[in-house]
Amino acid sequence: MSETDDEAGDGKKTGWLQRLKQGLRKTSGKLTTPITETFTKRRIDDAAILELEEALISADLGVATAARVARLIGKARFDKEVAPDEIKAALADEIAKILEPVAMPFVPDPGLKPHVVLVCGVNGSGKTTSVGKLAKQLIEDGSTVMLAAADTFRAAAVEQLQIWGERTGAVVVASTPGADAAGLAFDALTRARAEGTDVLLIDTAGRLQNKVDLMAELQKIIRVIRKIDDTAPHDCILVLDATVGQNAHSQVETFRHMVDVSGLIMTKLDGTARGGVVVALAEKFGLPMHAVGVGEGADDLRPFEARPFARGLVGLD
Amino acid sequence: MGRRQSASFAHWRIFVWFFETGKDKDMFDSLTSKLGDIFDGLTRRGALSAADVEAALREVRVALLEADVALAVVKDFIAQVQERAVGEDVLRSVTPGQMVIKIVHDHLVEMLGGDDESAAIDGVGINLAGTAPVAVLMVGLQGSGKTTTSAKLALRIKKRAKMKVLMASLDVYRPAAQQQLAVLGQQTDVATLPVIMGEQPLAIAKRAMDTGAKEGFDVVVLDTAGRLHIDQELMDEVAAVSQATNPIETLLVTDAMTGQDAANIAKEFNDKIGVTGIVLTRVDGDARGGAALSMRAVSGCPIKLMGVGEKVDALETFQARRIAGRILGQGDIVGLVEKAAETIDQEDAEKLAKKMMKGDFTLEDMATQLKQLRGMGDVGGLMGMIPGIGKMKKQMAGANIDDKMLARQQAILSSMTAQERARPKLLNGSRRKRIASGSGTSVPEVNRLLKQFKQMGQMMKKMGKMGKKGLMGMGGGLPPGMMPPGMPPGR
Repeated sequence: MSETDDEAGDGKKTGWLQRLKQGLRKTSGKLTTPITETFTKRRIDDAAILELEEALISADLGVATAARVARLIGKARFDKEVAPDEIKAALADEIAKILEPVAMPFVPDPGLKPHVVLVCGVNGSGKTTSVGKLAKQLIEDGSTVMLAAADTFRAAAVEQLQIWGERTGAVVVASTPGADAAGLAFDALTRARAEGTDVLLIDTAGRLQNKVDLMAELQKIIRVIRKIDDTAPHDCILVLDATVGQNAHSQVETFRHMVDVSGLIMTKLDGTARGGVVVALAEKFGLPMHAVGVGEGADDLRPFEARPFARGLVGLD
Repeated sequence: MGRRQSASFAHWRIFVWFFETGKDKDMFDSLTSKLGDIFDGLTRRGALSAADVEAALREVRVALLEADVALAVVKDFIAQVQERAVGEDVLRSVTPGQMVIKIVHDHLVEMLGGDDESAAIDGVGINLAGTAPVAVLMVGLQGSGKTTTSAKLALRIKKRAKMKVLMASLDVYRPAAQQQLAVLGQQTDVATLPVIMGEQPLAIAKRAMDTGAKEGFDVVVLDTAGRLHIDQELMDEVAAVSQATNPIETLLVTDAMTGQDAANIAKEFNDKIGVTGIVLTRVDGDARGGAALSMRAVSGCPIKLMGVGEKVDALETFQARRIAGRILGQGDIVGLVEKAAETIDQEDAEKLAKKMMKGDFTLEDMATQLKQLRGMGDVGGLMGMIPGIGKMKKQMAGANIDDKMLARQQAILSSMTAQERARPKLLNGSRRKRIASGSGTSVPEVNRLLKQFKQMGQMMKKMGKMGKKGLMGMGGGLPPGMMPPGMPPGR
């Protein structure tokens, strides 16, 4: 990793592209086998469509979306002899079609000082790491960034964010453990305004979406910062772990209902998890997919791109 | 026990009814009701035919996949159940659909590790026998909950086994991870190994074991960094730690929300470093938890513990029966009954239940009900425990059935006079208008509440007539084997 980082300019770019591909290749490992098995020297029939559906289910697309996509692909070619690559390409096309409308990188509005971003999600989804990586990216793009350590609950969460502040050069506003998260956010926004900071990233504590009191706490953060800026937060990003299964639906649904989520980041795509649930999420909610996390390094947060993701998902390069 | 549970159980039915009324029945498309549809019109009794079973198992397959059970595991499971179920006699008291679910459920419990509720429930739930200090190695992916679980486990060992525990963080990668464990150590009053900056994981592990031996600790809990099972370098590192410390338990910590990948994760960790047990975390969320079945089936490792909350004592012995119900979409009934039992005054509850059975259920009672319901905590959390609720959630969000709605209903009820609550017939148009403005709601809302009240009353009467047996069989009711403890069928 350090080798690629040492290289300048486009060398660095290949580094992350390779990493993303690497991650996605692992992602597609499981999916590739069944598709190849299914469609070598074989006519498309009902059984073949079912197997295609199952391959998609294995990638966490969920039963309904998998069935719909499989049927769509299968029906158009029913009774025809189809090569594995052809079916993969068709699948990738179909999946990319679903994902393209939601592939929207996060771009702060330069007119806002600051552009306030609330980052939320369930425990362990990778919020703090994503905030750190996002800060690095924004600072590299020339923005000034402030981080608000609003996770006052988890032990050492504040310290974790502070280290990210040191790494990226972002200012970190923190308070004592157990302090009121909304008050901290309020202070951070006050300071960011005074200092004319471009982007304020508020890192919140992890919370399971079915804990109503914790969700209310998140709503309180919003209520309180609106006392300063009634248009804030300008974005509310929900961080999803790629290993998550169908519970992602419940996460998006509830967080969206409670705090009006404006976009998603998917983390940990460098594992073997397929993250295919984003396809179903894109269909159902149409929320922008801002970025994907593909590693633990500061550079391992990348814009979400529909076509490479879809092709990677079905095992095409 | 039986009395206690049955009163709570009546509450549970009522609670479900609260959410059922005023909405389409098909929102409750739990597995049970789906299977009910399949077997509708099937009046014959006797052995289950291959066709019956096959039709039912198609639905079971979908239910398992929606619960995130890995596809390969689902296939094996279905094949095994098919073999078991065909030719099985349908018990006289149940429908064929319920019979299939019972077989599915029993098999699921068995696969998850059996119904060992009596075993080790008061113990620690893991093996600690060995020459002190014994090492317990915690491993898993990033963000699965290792550090929190380490602290919870250390506290559990300290409290239940009365052993001296030392915790050490080998996570030199995630910023402030070592500090996190140190803080948790303070919170739980469990010793942690002093951090030496720059020390590598293997060296930390060795120092932890040395310190453990020198200072007379019984158990050393080693919290490791999150790692991907495909990261060879980090897997080698943890394998070296394992070799050096010879842990009595290597616990794989996995999030209950994990999708299809759970099977890969468990298999890889087990193949590479030898897992002795699994800890399922975030069971207090609303995930169906199919990952548990995937991991158990693929790795053969028992699931030993489950994390059920953010508090440091929220770690419990794994209960197969409870998770089986959730995976099948039957809800975590045991959890709900426990919660009800915890918060509802038993005498009041029984009095109320009796009253309702007799059919004299008043608006006053409904108000009491609502108050108790709200006292049980957040509706979202409770909802996750109710059978078939997953599918309903969207509609519920649309219908605004949440804490706010309950609060509004409470407001409506408190805006009535005591007389009105006792004799709802008094509520004519102008009174309704008054109540609506008094509670800050609208007349349609008041009407809806009254309709709900009427339906509840009717249901109560029906239940009263049928007795407990009828109560159990009510819409989407539970087949035998899936009842809360203390409620055997037909008692």
